[in-house]
Amino acid sequence: MSVKKKIVETAAHVMQDRDRDRLINQHRYIGQPIDRLDGRIKVTGAARFSAEYPIEGLMFAALAYSTISKGVIESIDTEEAERAPGVIKVITHLNARAMKVPKPLSTEGKPSAGVTDAKILNTDQITWNGQPIAVVVADTEERAEYAATLIKVKYAAKPGMNSFEAAIPSATKPKEVLGEDPEVRKGDPDAVFISATHRVDLKFTTPPHNHNAIEPHATIAIWDGDDKVTLYDTSQFTAGAANSIADIFGLKEENVRVISPFVGGGFGGKGGIWPYNQLTVLAARMTGRPVRIALTRAGVFRIVGGRTPSQQRVAIAADDSGKISAFIHEGVTAQSTNNNFPEQFSFPPRHLYAIPAYRIGQVVCDVNRIANTFMRAPGESIGTFAVESAMDAMAYELHMDPIEFRMRNEPEKDPVSGNEFSSRHMREAYRMGAEKFGWRSGPQAIRSQRNGDWLIGQGVATGTYPMYRMTSAARVRISADGTALVQSSAQEMGMGTETAQTQHAAERLGLPMEKVRFEYGDSSLPWAGVAGGSSQTVSIALAVQQASEKLLAELLALAQKEPTSVLKGAKVNEVIMANEGISRKGQPSIGESYAVILKRAGKDHVASEQKTGAAIETMKYSMHSFAAQFCEVRVHELTGEIRINRWLGSFDTGRILNPKTAVSQFRGGIIMGIGMAMTEETMFDDRTGRIMNATLAEYHLPVQADVPHIDVMYTDIPDPQTPMGAHGIGEIGITGVAAAISNAVFHATGKRITALPITLDKVL
Amino acid sequence: MNDFMFTRATDTTSALKLISETPDHGANAARFLAGGTNLIDLMREGIEQPQSLVDITPLPLSEIRELPGGGVRVGAMVRNSHLAAHPLIRQKYPLLSQAILMGASAQLRNMATTGGNLMQRTRCYYFYDVAAACNKRAPGSGCDAVDGFNRIHAILGASPQCIATHPSDMCVALTALDGIVNISGPSGERQIAAAEFHRLPGGTPEIDTNLKLGELITSVDLPASTAGLASAYRKVRDRASYAFALVSVAAALKIEEGEIREIRLALGGVAHKPWRASVAEELLRGKEPTPENFAMAAAAELAPAKPLKHNAFKIELAKRTIALVLSELSGDKGTAQ
Amino acid sequence: MNARISLHVNGIDRILSIEPRVSLLDALRDHLGLTGTKKGCAQGACGSCTVLVDGERINSCLALAVQYVGREIVTIEGLAESGALHPLQQAFIEHDGFQCGYCTPGQICSAVGMLSEFRSGAPSAVTENGASPNELTHDELRERMSGNLCRCGAYVGIREAIQQVYEARKP
Repeated sequence: MSVKKKIVETAAHVMQDRDRDRLINQHRYIGQPIDRLDGRIKVTGAARFSAEYPIEGLMFAALAYSTISKGVIESIDTEEAERAPGVIKVITHLNARAMKVPKPLSTEGKPSAGVTDAKILNTDQITWNGQPIAVVVADTEERAEYAATLIKVKYAAKPGMNSFEAAIPSATKPKEVLGEDPEVRKGDPDAVFISATHRVDLKFTTPPHNHNAIEPHATIAIWDGDDKVTLYDTSQFTAGAANSIADIFGLKEENVRVISPFVGGGFGGKGGIWPYNQLTVLAARMTGRPVRIALTRAGVFRIVGGRTPSQQRVAIAADDSGKISAFIHEGVTAQSTNNNFPEQFSFPPRHLYAIPAYRIGQVVCDVNRIANTFMRAPGESIGTFAVESAMDAMAYELHMDPIEFRMRNEPEKDPVSGNEFSSRHMREAYRMGAEKFGWRSGPQAIRSQRNGDWLIGQGVATGTYPMYRMTSAARVRISADGTALVQSSAQEMGMGTETAQTQHAAERLGLPMEKVRFEYGDSSLPWAGVAGGSSQTVSIALAVQQASEKLLAELLALAQKEPTSVLKGAKVNEVIMANEGISRKGQPSIGESYAVILKRAGKDHVASEQKTGAAIETMKYSMHSFAAQFCEVRVHELTGEIRINRWLGSFDTGRILNPKTAVSQFRGGIIMGIGMAMTEETMFDDRTGRIMNATLAEYHLPVQADVPHIDVMYTDIPDPQTPMGAHGIGEIGITGVAAAISNAVFHATGKRITALPITLDKVL
Repeated sequence: MNDFMFTRATDTTSALKLISETPDHGANAARFLAGGTNLIDLMREGIEQPQSLVDITPLPLSEIRELPGGGVRVGAMVRNSHLAAHPLIRQKYPLLSQAILMGASAQLRNMATTGGNLMQRTRCYYFYDVAAACNKRAPGSGCDAVDGFNRIHAILGASPQCIATHPSDMCVALTALDGIVNISGPSGERQIAAAEFHRLPGGTPEIDTNLKLGELITSVDLPASTAGLASAYRKVRDRASYAFALVSVAAALKIEEGEIREIRLALGGVAHKPWRASVAEELLRGKEPTPENFAMAAAAELAPAKPLKHNAFKIELAKRTIALVLSELSGDKGTAQ
Repeated sequence: MNARISLHVNGIDRILSIEPRVSLLDALRDHLGLTGTKKGCAQGACGSCTVLVDGERINSCLALAVQYVGREIVTIEGLAESGALHPLQQAFIEHDGFQCGYCTPGQICSAVGMLSEFRSGAPSAVTENGASPNELTHDELRERMSGNLCRCGAYVGIREAIQQVYEARKP
């Protein structure tokens, strides 16, 4: 950890907590199962995604991709492509304008969204198989795509580090892992382990994954002169994307606008900018025409990174009473030669159990592949697979109920940082879940249930995900007609952003939802952080809260200019926003409406834009969400087919803002976890570094028939340290899922599968 | 996808004429276009680049009718979904209905035709990627699958040149049911047994079927001899739906007086063509339907199987699935959903 | 080589001039401005391009537009009648049968086609051999909707929405 961060963390501990949010106890909108506000336009097909804007004179571009992972382009012949019907431009490294490399993804300071430092088209060097080597612009998409296949390239190929396994011996300890120490240790866990009564020592492997949002990435770029450009983009981070495009092309930040009101699924895959963004802008610049690049599905696989593969070891020592005496979690992930992202799989055990001696850490190796990136619960998804499978194995070793074993190791404080938990109700989540699921407590017996040829088993696992909050800005405007407009560059990719933010703002401002409008998806609005880390809802809510507090003071002052105002003499901490205006605390009927105050003052509106500071609270407290995942599987004894009979997820994620959309997000995470556990794998051919299943036909996402009914429950206990008492919930759902399934398969068959995906050949 | 000439044929004669009039571009000759579910995909991937497409969906070949003697004739343009739902098929050849319904998705089955399903090409990853070496796509270029990802590849009848499998479910059922493919061509009409329609790769994996250039599938006949047999189609795959078979088994049986009188057995997902399990059939004909006999026959059928790096499991899986299906068909209802 | 063709979409004849290689999906989206139909894979592997042709659901990405002249094409834009949502559209909102909304038009068109297939007595892979299905069971529904992927994982809500519409319209 950097010295600077250490100092800030130390300072955080002496800082006062923010006042507990008064909305924690309000229920008019918060906590209500409100239908999505954008529901109607989504079910009628009226919601426009980035490739769908009708632009006069639009040209279409397609990419050609390298077919080697490392080497040099010796020659590139574009003649035939240029002659093909409809083609107006072919851009290669030979004629591409110079572009800068964007700064890495960050939400602090000026937002940026770089995910790789690879030069795009400004080099003859190839560093991954699938790297863009040409852009073909034509008058129709069909013509551009076909012409791109006519480009002939000669490479001087070099041996690439294509294989993860081959790269592992060269792995090194990264400087940091998402700002944390790459390794933490206490005591001598190895010595404790060797002399322990009960030991589990397992190795796990997880394959690369791809996000595979159903909407492929697409951008439309429209230049206005040579210093101003607008992008319709599919982005989880409009502010970052805009600033990065400005950096790449040397433009003023206010001259780049990224519009992205709807994102057809992201899961991390649209968080940064990937080569197609800048190539669209480049093609539009070099042709003087508006240009669209809508990637093919294979194109998404080739130039948008996914989740790293991993190898992990978990070794646990415990005594007869089921107390853990030592915990070791170590392993390795891959990153590309063009980025720096050691995925944080070693985070979960840093917060999950009381562990007196531990060594928890990770190393990383470089491969010639597309840069890896965040994918739903990076780290926690694959980390909990290893940790929670090993915990299950230890429960069997101890002849102890797996839930009981976990409960015996519930920590009082964060085991690594020693910080207090801001809100941790793991016991309650397990109690509720076990009761509803019908968990049969006690030591579990393998191969003890069957239905014909099908062996039945139940499994349980803990999920966890940090509570992140990112610097974000929002503007709140209250008008004399009694309505409010809330603006933030935020993103909607299915979380229900507009709905949740409108619920929050209405509750915050004391207005009916119909009188509040939330404007988003546009980098020209106040900058929100990335829609990632399950942070967006709460991050923006805090900015809105702070802007509202400013407006409360301003409106109170305006009201008090009138000598007869019922608010005369009230101090700002004696009033609240309620009843469409300002009221005295505890006396809701004594107040004035926004309309009255503003009209009387002769004002059309008041507005405030606020930007939140860094998340000090997460340095002072250990802030996390938790889940207890329960499932039942059946495994065909002869064919090895695995089917999930039922699922229950019990969550402890602070207060739930909208049960309807929240349940959907939990289920969505669980279903992505089912895919990760059972079918998903991006197949990199080690000989070429090429992805061989770059299609939805062969990269198997779960289909309806794979997904059972999924029950969801939640503690709904507010976290006193967060706005509304809420946590983000976009990622917690996937955590623990793969382990729960693997544990259930073990219960059914007696086979402990430690390599994902758990396909039938592994249990045959 | 390359640009091409598009014409529509209204009857078999005009279809044959249109295709024969197209100048011969070798591998890029004209193609008949039916449902398009495979051909359009292959064209988009640059695997097939025909200069001309002849749309045959208007051809009057969408009938399913009973043949004298009790068989059934299925027109080549009958959609897979219509075929699977047709009362005659469900009554006489439920195996075919089941096999079709286990393939693809409802949308694809609504487009795909009987003839088109027979013409499906392999889903081998290396065939599908024009950057890879593939003797089927580019004869003589080699086979990257042999030392690559070959979990989904053939265990029976493969050659050093090609280890691809045929992806169809329908064709496995047709093979088991002794189906006959009716063909019209420049030199008249002819028939090929469904079991002989597809080929093993040998040294010419680029040739999938015994259909000749310029010939058109007009219908498929299902014989009276296999109508009404007790039958089952079992497909083992990575997803519970909408995935190609790792192994599938089509079986039809008649047991009388405690002995197997009739047996038809075919496997999918294991070879370059639907695999008629004639060794197992031979061993079981006249035998008692016991689990031991089923296991013995399955083992004999798979005896010549050759595993590759990732697909050895298919050998055991195929044996077990054969035994499982035959056991269930012979009355042992051991399995539950 | 552009062909001038007429497509009958949502009750209206639309003239367009396109190359034969243009898919029905791209014709709808890029030539007719009907962007409600979505492109997810362009290879028949996700179902987001599902439209109804003569009442049957198909993947428009694998269909050449020139092949669909004279057919009755209905897209998501054609389901709502005079401003009133189709019951399935309404049910998808009530049961939160979507998140990002990208696969949603395909899911809804697919569900329309599915219910009509089911009512016609068409079997599915999970229907008892040879029988016509009686009840739209959980397994029937899951199997019949497996041609539409949803990466956000709204499968449970989708099933509840379809089930509700099916129950409400039971004969």
